Amino acid sequence: MPRRIFVTGLGIITGIGNNLAATKDSLFHLRTGIGKIQFLQTNLRDEIPVSEVKCSLEECFHLAAIPVTEGYSRNALLGIIAAKQAYEDARIGDFPGPRTGLISATTVGGMDRCELYYQDFLTNDSRNVYIDSYDCADSTEKIADVLGIKDYLTTISTACSSSANAIQLGARMIRNGDIDRVVAGGTETLTKFHLNGFNALKILDKEPCKPFDEKRNGINLGEGAAYLVLESEESVKQSGKPVICELTGWGNSCEAFHQTASSPDGIGAYLAMKKTIDMSGLKVANIDYINAHGTGTDNNDISEGRAIEKLFGAKVPPVSSTKPYTGHTTSAAGATEAIISILCMLEQVIWPNLNFSEPMKELHFTPVRELIKNIKVSHVMTNSFGFGGNDTSLIFSRVLSFKC
Amino acid sequence: MSAFINGIGIISPQKTVETEDFLMEIMEYESDYLKCIEPASYKPYIDPIQSRRMSRLIKIGITSAKTCLNESGCTMPDAIITGTGLGSVEDTEKILGTIHLDQPFLNPTPFMQSTYNTISSQIAIQLKCHNYNSTYVHRTFSFESSLQDALLQIKEGTAKDILAGGIDEMTLNHLAITRRRGHWKNKPVKNLEMLKWNSPGSLAGEGSGFFLLSADKTNKTYAFIRDVKTIYKPANLDEIAQRVNSMLAASELGISDIDLVLLGINGDNRNDPLYHEFARSLFPDTPLAYYKHLCGEYHTASCFALWLAANIIQRQTVPDVIRLNDLHREPVRNVLIYNQYYNVNHSFILVSK
Repeated sequence: MPRRIFVTGLGIITGIGNNLAATKDSLFHLRTGIGKIQFLQTNLRDEIPVSEVKCSLEECFHLAAIPVTEGYSRNALLGIIAAKQAYEDARIGDFPGPRTGLISATTVGGMDRCELYYQDFLTNDSRNVYIDSYDCADSTEKIADVLGIKDYLTTISTACSSSANAIQLGARMIRNGDIDRVVAGGTETLTKFHLNGFNALKILDKEPCKPFDEKRNGINLGEGAAYLVLESEESVKQSGKPVICELTGWGNSCEAFHQTASSPDGIGAYLAMKKTIDMSGLKVANIDYINAHGTGTDNNDISEGRAIEKLFGAKVPPVSSTKPYTGHTTSAAGATEAIISILCMLEQVIWPNLNFSEPMKELHFTPVRELIKNIKVSHVMTNSFGFGGNDTSLIFSRVLSFKC
Repeated sequence: MSAFINGIGIISPQKTVETEDFLMEIMEYESDYLKCIEPASYKPYIDPIQSRRMSRLIKIGITSAKTCLNESGCTMPDAIITGTGLGSVEDTEKILGTIHLDQPFLNPTPFMQSTYNTISSQIAIQLKCHNYNSTYVHRTFSFESSLQDALLQIKEGTAKDILAGGIDEMTLNHLAITRRRGHWKNKPVKNLEMLKWNSPGSLAGEGSGFFLLSADKTNKTYAFIRDVKTIYKPANLDEIAQRVNSMLAASELGISDIDLVLLGINGDNRNDPLYHEFARSLFPDTPLAYYKHLCGEYHTASCFALWLAANIIQRQTVPDVIRLNDLHREPVRNVLIYNQYYNVNHSFILVSK
């Protein structure tokens, strides 16, 4: 039997809440984080809605419990806030023995400061401290230093599937015995760099996004950070602490189709989901909920929808995209939606796909429209697909009894 | 956990592409940074219609990946994994250069190509490869993380042939910016005089190296990677020594089994003393070599070192230009690559015959 991988801690900060409890409350109250831009300095402010974390940079420092210091990006601060929550939730500090890793994901890295100071970088020495913090590793190392994690450290960037791949790598390393537990997830901050970039690709909706709707019109970007603590069976047994759920399947596949578009038949999405189910040993009928990538673009939702139909046939389980709540948090989306899916198992509910009204012509299934309560949710699948066709799926399973 | 190196494609500031030679002619520079020697034409590697829109780094990446696959005979790898510290700097700069003007519409091409996973996914698109695909972006751990993922896949049995590489580029703008942080010398320097510099700052470089890592040996096999380890912020030299010893012990090797140590000396007198101290205390009787005078310093420079190690083992020859001491040992069975970046990110790659 391969080593089982348990989830023992969760941490999250997005536009719908600064921690897990606030996130849950927003999900239950169908409260979206998407609205007018408040914090990002851009002249698209009145034109394009996003889901920002509702904190200024200074408030982020405060939440991260770090004195306001030069050299910190918003990205690193959001990462520290969420990773610390997960770390404390899993009480890692109380059990110092096991080897602990940090695998973090980001795509814009410290771009939020870099794009403000780039002209200074070119012409003067006033912002030099930010020059080395614009890469992707900076936030990872700052998180590691706050948490005191040293045993393994790396950063993944596969665009919008990045943090799902971070979770996957963490699980593989635990299974192989390289580390005993890992803080895995991702952080992404809204920047003009990618807001303007997505805008140039003409895939941003100027209204609240409507995934899987016939009249969907694109993405609402979001920001945030989310981390899970994954732990080996032995490590959990030693500490005797309760487990939240189990990670039972993961799979990564590549569309190999186009740099930013998904293939019409969703081959990458299909292969990622298929690999994940096969690995978990479950049957498709066991999946109680799919948290779709569901960005709300014309292209993704057809591609993903067809892949789901191909894999699940006539019996598609309840599907929803929760991006109408959080926006598309890009590199953080995999971990954000992993946590939102895990909450379905903990609360025995299924979150609705907000803003949906008209079924897509191409698909036989429609997403969940209203909050479903008191429903048995034992296995959830969550999809994360990225630019470059980097597609990853994860399955989490409920743990009813685990004897220590 | 090990993998055979069954093919290599490398583009570097030395003559390493479209040649069978192994450092026959050493490129001597007096410059601000070392630039890759690219193939005369990309036509044999990339459809000209596609390559017209590609930035330089992507072309370099695809070309080195295809060179590697051609050499190995593998047409469809079971995984593609890339490490890059900064991805396409050129594309990122195209956007950053005008971002303060807050133009709502950018040219989408540099944005699409600026994402770090572009190299891995463009290689997949070229090959129509639907298999595992990932990108590591952690400074000088980037390439090492790719190797670790590859080795893990082979151990898991989920992949037999893996294309793993490291790639980074330098641009004049990025050089000027990072000079402000004191990373580089402030004037052009002679690359082959690195050991005489004795001043702060290194010489920047760039390069791309892809390796076909396989579960099985073939008649193309250069060498095999036994293990790859990274250490983050070690407390002292003792901690580094302990990690090296346990890594060697896991492969049932001792210090005396290492026939050559390849050190990432970069000509910065704030950085290099640690290498010398390391070598003096752990490997006082071992042949030592260095390589960054040939390729420059960059986040994934250890891919150049791995190319060197694989060729040294296969050809059983250590080029004089890389020797750091007068010790010689034959045969060369085990090579240890050690890289460290300002005492924060340390990494070891153990390569054997």
